[in-house]
Amino acid sequence: MLLSPYPTTGERIRITLLWLLCGMVILFLLVPILIPVPLSFNSGAFFIFPLEGLSTRWYEVVLGTQRWQSAIGNSLIVAFGTTVIATVLGTLTAIALSNEKFPGRRIVMPLLLSPLIVPVVITAVGSYLFYARVGLASTYAGIILAHTALASPFVVVTVGASLTGFDRNLMRAAAISGAKPLTSFFRVMLPLILPGVLSGAAFAFVTSFDEVVVVQFLASAGQRTMPLEMFIGLREKLSPAITAAATLMMALSIVLLVVANLLARRGQGRRAATG
Amino acid sequence: MSAMLPSELDRPALARGRSAADADFKSASAAIRRAEFGDRLRTLALAAPLLLLLALSFGIPIVLLLSRAVYDPTIADALPQTSQALGEWNGQGLPADAAFTALAADLRDNQAKGTAYELAKALNARLPGARSQVLKTVRQLEGAGGKPPLEIMKSVPFWSAPGTWPAIANGTHALTSFYLLSALDLRWNADGGIERVPPEQAIFLQVFLRTFFVAAAVTLATLLLGFPLAYLISSVPKGLAAILIVAVLLPFWTSILVRTAAWTVLLQKFGLVNDLLLWLGFATERLDLMYSRIGLIIAMTHIQLPFTLLPIYSVMRTIAPSQMKAAYSLGARPFTAFRRVYLPQVFPGVMAGCLLTFILCLGYYITPALIGGASDQLISNFIANYVNVELNWEMAAALSFILLVFTLALFGIFARILGLDRLKMV
Repeated sequence: MLLSPYPTTGERIRITLLWLLCGMVILFLLVPILIPVPLSFNSGAFFIFPLEGLSTRWYEVVLGTQRWQSAIGNSLIVAFGTTVIATVLGTLTAIALSNEKFPGRRIVMPLLLSPLIVPVVITAVGSYLFYARVGLASTYAGIILAHTALASPFVVVTVGASLTGFDRNLMRAAAISGAKPLTSFFRVMLPLILPGVLSGAAFAFVTSFDEVVVVQFLASAGQRTMPLEMFIGLREKLSPAITAAATLMMALSIVLLVVANLLARRGQGRRAATG
Repeated sequence: MSAMLPSELDRPALARGRSAADADFKSASAAIRRAEFGDRLRTLALAAPLLLLLALSFGIPIVLLLSRAVYDPTIADALPQTSQALGEWNGQGLPADAAFTALAADLRDNQAKGTAYELAKALNARLPGARSQVLKTVRQLEGAGGKPPLEIMKSVPFWSAPGTWPAIANGTHALTSFYLLSALDLRWNADGGIERVPPEQAIFLQVFLRTFFVAAAVTLATLLLGFPLAYLISSVPKGLAAILIVAVLLPFWTSILVRTAAWTVLLQKFGLVNDLLLWLGFATERLDLMYSRIGLIIAMTHIQLPFTLLPIYSVMRTIAPSQMKAAYSLGARPFTAFRRVYLPQVFPGVMAGCLLTFILCLGYYITPALIGGASDQLISNFIANYVNVELNWEMAAALSFILLVFTLALFGIFARILGLDRLKMV
């Protein structure tokens, strides 16, 4: 498609230059995120190539020392809590919004998306100010609440997308056949929109697991999460343990987001199939 | 004749039947309305839990924070007698002696309640140097030994200096524009007009300009790098395009913190970027890229590139290649065809990508904190600093207020021109 059937020399040169430029852009995109991976397996304590030798000592530091272990534990507690609340409430909201009878849909949608637009420092500082007054600062509940605000828009959007392909007549058919609303939700609607729900859950988990600014303001020393431990480590002293932590976090978010996107696509594929 | 003709109908009975039908119709439509109202309530009830949670965890905190920018009762609460005494002052010269006596009494009350330091700090925010003067005067008032308070107040030159009393009088108004003006390096002058603060006190305009400059530079860089790649991906066969798009999505899916961490490794003095520059001959010695403006812009460009590229790509994907061929066959040169046929169609995507990146750059915090130097801190970093280090909530709130206004205004433009749907990535 790039080249016309009878390319001129000028055209060939332009296309070659385009490929060269794009090759460099792709290197610029990929090399920085791949660099921490080999460095995390370096046996030496410096960030200099060539590597001194292969070792897993930095992974032993991240997975074996108490400081990092409790950070990983805290991250999992917060991310699971956020995922459960954001997925349940976000799914209910998406169902409500998909109903054309919902009043004020055009006002509610931008409001729901606003946590993604407001600079995160403002969210963090505001939460810190308010949560300290009501006794939620330095609690898991406070961090989970703040993360739910940041994560739920993703659930509403992905579940909403899978609901556009959902035929509401199925719910009427279920009701006519005698199913109670809850039964028809669990037996008819949920199975059909499940890919969208799971995809939203994965987005919510990653959003919470990667978040560091809100945590920085709300967490006490006992609630430091993995990203916060990394942030503090980067500020104090650059240790190769950070490259190991970065590699682990990157692997987790890439795996989860690949799954999330495949699920979202599956939900939309079904929509195409059902017309 | 068994069939009744209309003319033979019992008209009153028919009228009765019609009114009965009308009544049935009315009650039926009322029932439908009731049912629909119930439906609406049910859908609202489904959305209510999340909306309530968002209001509590996100809405109220932000409103509360922003209100701190314009509402600060600290001084008014601490100086009730002074506020009253200043009621009769016309703002010119020095107030009556009664105001000095009232201030002395208020200062002693604050010392007794243990709030003197808080007051000193609040006054100091509006009146540089007030902190030490307040604390000194409080000590003198305590150890006065029978000396009249008025005499002590008059003996401290600070309390009779020009500017002191206008600042105190301003502070006794809880509703204040002081912090919002300060956030723009402005202040009220003695004549009740607004003026710029002296250059040695000006901080924030420079920080806002720096934030806009970095955001613009990053937006431009992502456009220059992202546009050709988006064009290439949209014009190669599907299989190859899928591989190339993964190269964009992998960094997109990696968190900002992890990518910032990667760049702190790369930008070190003996890091890969310096190795590369030396090897290519672009530099003759190793550069200090960490804690520099250029290092910050490089890292932010890397993080924002997918945000600019993906909306452009999603528009380019929809443009049929036959359009360009048609332009060629009509005699257009490649550049003309590109400018007149291709560019106008991809323009909404370019706008969406650039605006999104610009908006997100305005709120950057982590990357400047870790990669930027002292003179590369953006507005978010100043907000965090006012909360964490200076403990000046009002200033943090005022800066947040202005940053939020810029962000929401740009986002409003985005939604108005391009629609919210363009926010979706891929």
